[in-house]
Amino acid sequence: MSILDVENLSVSFPVRSPFLRRTVDFIEAVRDVTFSVQKGKTLGIVGESGSGKSTLGKAILNLVPISGGLVRFEKKIISQLPEREFRPFRRKIQMVFQDPFGSLNPRWSVWQIINEPLQLHFPQLRVAERRLRVIKLLEIVGLNSDMMRRFPHEFSGGQRQRVGIARALAVEPELIVCDEPVSALDVSVQAQIVNLLQDLQDALGLTYLFIGHDLAVVEHISHETVVMHQGRIVEAGEFIYQNPQEEYTRKLLASVPAVS
Amino acid sequence: MATVTFEAASSSAKLQGSSLWRDAWFRLRKNVLAIVGLCTFCFITAACLIGPFFTGYSYERTELSLKASPPLDKIIERTERRRNAGPKITHLALSSLENEFLNRPAPERKSIIREIGNRRIYIEGQNSFQVSHDRHWFGTDPLGRDLLTRVLIGGRISLTVGFAATLVSTIIGVFWGSVAGFVGGKVDSLMMRFADILYALPFTVIVILLMMLFGRNFLLLFVAIGAVEWLNMSRIVRGEIISLKQREFIEAAISLGLSNRRILVRHLIPNVMSSIIIFTTLTVPNVIMLESVLSFLGLGVQPPLSSWGVLIDEGARTMDTSIWLLAFPALAFSLTLFSLNFLGDGLRDALDPKASRD
Repeated sequence: MSILDVENLSVSFPVRSPFLRRTVDFIEAVRDVTFSVQKGKTLGIVGESGSGKSTLGKAILNLVPISGGLVRFEKKIISQLPEREFRPFRRKIQMVFQDPFGSLNPRWSVWQIINEPLQLHFPQLRVAERRLRVIKLLEIVGLNSDMMRRFPHEFSGGQRQRVGIARALAVEPELIVCDEPVSALDVSVQAQIVNLLQDLQDALGLTYLFIGHDLAVVEHISHETVVMHQGRIVEAGEFIYQNPQEEYTRKLLASVPAVS
Repeated sequence: MATVTFEAASSSAKLQGSSLWRDAWFRLRKNVLAIVGLCTFCFITAACLIGPFFTGYSYERTELSLKASPPLDKIIERTERRRNAGPKITHLALSSLENEFLNRPAPERKSIIREIGNRRIYIEGQNSFQVSHDRHWFGTDPLGRDLLTRVLIGGRISLTVGFAATLVSTIIGVFWGSVAGFVGGKVDSLMMRFADILYALPFTVIVILLMMLFGRNFLLLFVAIGAVEWLNMSRIVRGEIISLKQREFIEAAISLGLSNRRILVRHLIPNVMSSIIIFTTLTVPNVIMLESVLSFLGLGVQPPLSSWGVLIDEGARTMDTSIWLLAFPALAFSLTLFSLNFLGDGLRDALDPKASRD
């Protein structure tokens, strides 16, 4: 059963002239992209930088305006909804960001960061209950509960990313868009975060849209993979690593540095 | 297992109050310079508020014979006996007493003055001279008014104008700049063009226009100065908001479903706080000086009331003969600014969680 369906999605950014700021051209970041994500599975999206994969993720979350096509979540059309009507879906679709430092407010303690979505989406909870939930969430992502008082700069990159994951999990989402969640981390930490994401999927039945440029990581976590190039889908399927059909996919696979 | 979770919860029970402000106060207390600044500033404010009741002089009573007497100069009481009326008492400064005895030869004059200075009563014709118990700690101005009282009274005006106008300009500036920066697009252009137009108008013209509209009023001084000073603040805040807006934690806040107002108030503005504080500490002296310009033009405080700006302005004109008239108001003014700057620096560091906690 598919949870997310993207149909002919396009995103374009206007190019404005330096004078008068008139729109003179469009950059088509995402062109006519169609795919669907099965509930409880991971769809990987790979591509070189500038291939439109991050824009695609943001378009699904209504963070950038789309110029064409549809996004359905649980069969309901969620694209081009005004923010007020989109808000109920914010609880169901969450995002984990690429830069684990930039995605956390530097002036807020971990408690404040994770408490905020709880306060917003579970207003009936009292402070003590919210505190227990924050402790639980920190435990789930492998952090210590007394790290609540700390600020983002007091953590390592991997720990910060765990805080980011805990924040996304706070609203009990069904789908998490992971926008290159490990590409800013060093290799040993990458494996820990990827394993954490997989464990969470098994335990909570989450669905992931996993965006990345590192083929090995994406292959490891994904059930299916979509290859993007210049805003289009080049190839999609379960076995693109073993059996690439397209020239671009082969080149992408060949560009992975191998230790022989 | 359940008990473990429970214990963890109770040990972090004190966490609720651990806000940015409480941590900031904790860090501020460790900053010696900032605390010295805070204490100095509180002292000056308290002195200006209650000091004038205790100096023993009024800020407006003139004693023309006294002229500009230096700080702590002995004050000589001259009593003139008159036939048809009671004795007439006037005050003179010991340093200017020579003028009274110009008909005497110089050595004799010197010894008479020394005698009087040594608390002897000296009688000459109708007049008797005697050291009075009065002292003017900061000396007196050319009209014989006590400078200490005037500095304190002037401080009331300057500090009130300084803070009220800075508050007005900070509130307007932060609101205007953050909304313009956050909303962006056409709204931003419109709002900033409006600020540019105000910026292009000369300050005094705006003030005179406001005075014409609302009449001359002390309150108007705050409004007029605040209405001009917010322009810089709004530009600074707008620029910072625009650069912060692109950070991922704002995208994260949007994708968590936070309202725009909440993002602005809880995520963006606290991150601009250090710039706001620094700029505020720079605005206070600006505002105090602007007030003196207005007073000089006859649009601000009216004599005999005074302000630091006015006192400094008057003192600068007589600095070749009576430097204390410049020195004391300037000292009070710069001491205030120093303490505010140290306090501002301390606050900026204290509000930044990246500064070390110990």
